[in-house]
Amino acid sequence: MTSSDKQPLLEIDDLEVSFGSGAAAVAAVRGVSFRLMPGERVAVVGESGSGKSTTAHAVLGLLPGTGRVTGGRILLRGEDITHADEKRLRRLRGREVGLVPQDPMANLNPVARVGRQVAETLMAHGVASRREAAARTVELLAEAGLPEPRRRARQYPHEFSGGMRQRVLIAIGLACRPELLIADEPTSALDVTVQQQILDHLDRLTRELGTALLLVTHDLGLAADRADQVIVMSQGRVVEAGPARTVLTDPRHEYTRKLVAAAPSLATARTREAVTVTAPAGRATATAGEGEPARPVLEVDRIAKEYRVRGRGGVLRAVDDVSFTVAEGRTLAIVGESGSGKTTTARMVLGLVPVTSGSIRLGGEDVSGLRGARRRAARRSMQPVFQDPYASLDPMFTVERLISEPLRIFRVGDRASRRARVAELLDHVALPASVAHRYPNELSGGQRQRVAIARALALGPRLVVCDEAVSALDVLVQDQILRLLDTLQRDLGLSYLFISHDLAVVRSIAHDVVVMRHGRVVEQGPVERVLSTPAEPYTRQLLDAIPGSGVLG
Amino acid sequence: MTTAAETPVPALGRSRGRVLRRLARNRMALIGGALLVVVVAAGVFAPWLAPYPPTEVHFSTPFQRPLTVGFALGTDDLGRDLLSRVLHGTRVSLQVGLLSVLLAVVVGVPLGLLSGYWRWLDAVVSRLVDLMLAFPFLIVAVGLAAINGGGLGNAAIALGIAHVPTMVRVVRAETLRFKDSDFVLAAHAMDAGPWRVLGQHVLPNALSTIIVQATVIMPAAVLGEAVLSFLGLGIQPPDPSLGIMLSDAQQYLLRTPWPGVFPGVAIALICLGFNLFGDALRDALDPKSGS
Repeated sequence: MTSSDKQPLLEIDDLEVSFGSGAAAVAAVRGVSFRLMPGERVAVVGESGSGKSTTAHAVLGLLPGTGRVTGGRILLRGEDITHADEKRLRRLRGREVGLVPQDPMANLNPVARVGRQVAETLMAHGVASRREAAARTVELLAEAGLPEPRRRARQYPHEFSGGMRQRVLIAIGLACRPELLIADEPTSALDVTVQQQILDHLDRLTRELGTALLLVTHDLGLAADRADQVIVMSQGRVVEAGPARTVLTDPRHEYTRKLVAAAPSLATARTREAVTVTAPAGRATATAGEGEPARPVLEVDRIAKEYRVRGRGGVLRAVDDVSFTVAEGRTLAIVGESGSGKTTTARMVLGLVPVTSGSIRLGGEDVSGLRGARRRAARRSMQPVFQDPYASLDPMFTVERLISEPLRIFRVGDRASRRARVAELLDHVALPASVAHRYPNELSGGQRQRVAIARALALGPRLVVCDEAVSALDVLVQDQILRLLDTLQRDLGLSYLFISHDLAVVRSIAHDVVVMRHGRVVEQGPVERVLSTPAEPYTRQLLDAIPGSGVLG
Repeated sequence: MTTAAETPVPALGRSRGRVLRRLARNRMALIGGALLVVVVAAGVFAPWLAPYPPTEVHFSTPFQRPLTVGFALGTDDLGRDLLSRVLHGTRVSLQVGLLSVLLAVVVGVPLGLLSGYWRWLDAVVSRLVDLMLAFPFLIVAVGLAAINGGGLGNAAIALGIAHVPTMVRVVRAETLRFKDSDFVLAAHAMDAGPWRVLGQHVLPNALSTIIVQATVIMPAAVLGEAVLSFLGLGIQPPDPSLGIMLSDAQQYLLRTPWPGVFPGVAIALICLGFNLFGDALRDALDPKSGS
């Protein structure tokens, strides 16, 4: 190996990748060039479909399906590997270039012990014999930050949390001491605080080992935090490249500027206009005094949810003594990491999960124990928007049928008036009327979420429960949907119960916030106070974990 | 690869006539459809198409080769016209096949939907299904034949019952899959009742799987009829059925293969037609698979 200091480790030169063949070929990467010096950390940032992952996969010769390199060169330490044969690529993968894949749930074999999966990598590359591999595996797992590595190596992936699985994948990625580690969205499936720990660890490891890092991410803030150089991609092209801080603080390209502006983790709280409450003036005085918040739409009082734990006779309190109030025309956000009970809380409010104790009042009426006609009436004034617009819309329904389903269930209007209502709702969510006859799979993620919002608005509810409604969307689309929600709130006087794990999103949309952890409320209050001067250490920890907060915060 | 950004919606056709249009564009669908038309027409019009009654014997001319004057496909050991027998046999096989698929669908689909949706009912239905699986379908067929005598109807019922358990299990699994999906959750939140959820959300989504299962059952039933008839539990000789013709032809297969080849080809064409068309129909019904 003749690694002179001047020679780049990875050099990508005018790379083009296409999917499909002949006339139907679609270029996913069009003329991408960049270089990565040994030990350097480069982040490739872009939205889904920008070609960032495709570029990374091309380096490893792992293009899916009909994808192939149609132009340009990939040089690894000066060697052209653009069209290397399978034998060369097998030697390259893992040994010279390591990979930490995106989804820790899908990338470990569920029926093999964790230790074996690490040892497999070592033995496949002839780095260690069977006996050495076992010992080395324990070392590697310890190095990746797994406590009790000896015991952990004998366990199966399902016994691990998401963060621990990602640590295992990092151990596998670094097992053969590659000079380059490609991390493809390594933490997007993890909670923020776990994400921070994992990235800190990855940072330290690659620094100690002198491994170069190619970080693929959709999160501009994360890229700024973790990389020396940032490459911004859009529609298969590099639109901007340069030192991380410069790209973020002084973006040259219009697209980067849009990304920076839209990234909630980087933007300061959106200056919200005061929401004018469109409540009937006469009734708003029921409890409101001088400067009091508006009439409450939803009052949740000390609700709890217990699940019986199988076998042990114990109970798990998934939600414990949670109280909050959503006022008319305002947004209350519930923030928490996975397992905090925020989604269970939302489902109890929606009446999808029965409460164990406590009460939920909607417009003054207790709805927690309702059945039949009265629950039906309650549901009419409260509708959900779920996280994944790909899953929450029945794929067999046209958009028109999807949006008009609540109208049909509640027998509102006749066929013609329902059609008119659908057109009106599509207009509300800024979709052309022509999508009415399309199926969800013909729409983009953002368009689908707009359809889901239109459906939620069909019955004219007072409260919309958004369960991670923007988490599955790209930054720019997320920004558009958040703006749409904001506009709708102002126009229709809606109240939102907004469930999210993303404090940055919450900061930009909510008036009030409830921070939950392990089923309990840690802290609650107005957004400005809680997020600028948090009283609880956990809230502070969550805030610090937002990527990019250190760059522009 | 598409960008998730807000792209303008390209103009595409409306949903009406979409299934037909997609079928027409699929070559396999056209081939399968054409085969089905031919096979079904042969079965329906057999009495008029056949040159002889299927049971008419010509003792003077057994084992005629195909393309003999008077017998387009030749004759069998008793000198019966093969063409006439294949046509009538196709008619019988289609009747048995369609009847048993109908039975499996009509009984299996609702049971599967209900047992997938309600857990308490699942315990009952699943044990019943286990019970049915514990009886080989031949025993059921023998039992039915003992009560009612052999014949087309009983063969179809026995074969249909034999395929109910698989249908129940397939539909149950699909129901379980969709029951907890987000779109069903959304339907619950807008107060959709269980019947609406099952009828409008779960069943249409499970339809493609049901169609595939039906196209698997259809040829299995056609072959099953052959087995039953071979054992004397199905169609009674001298009435023709493709199964009986096959089993009769076995004895003389080395001397003259034709009496075995033609019913075999007929069975193959029936199965192929249903499989091709079923696959294409599944793809055309599914809005998720391209346009």
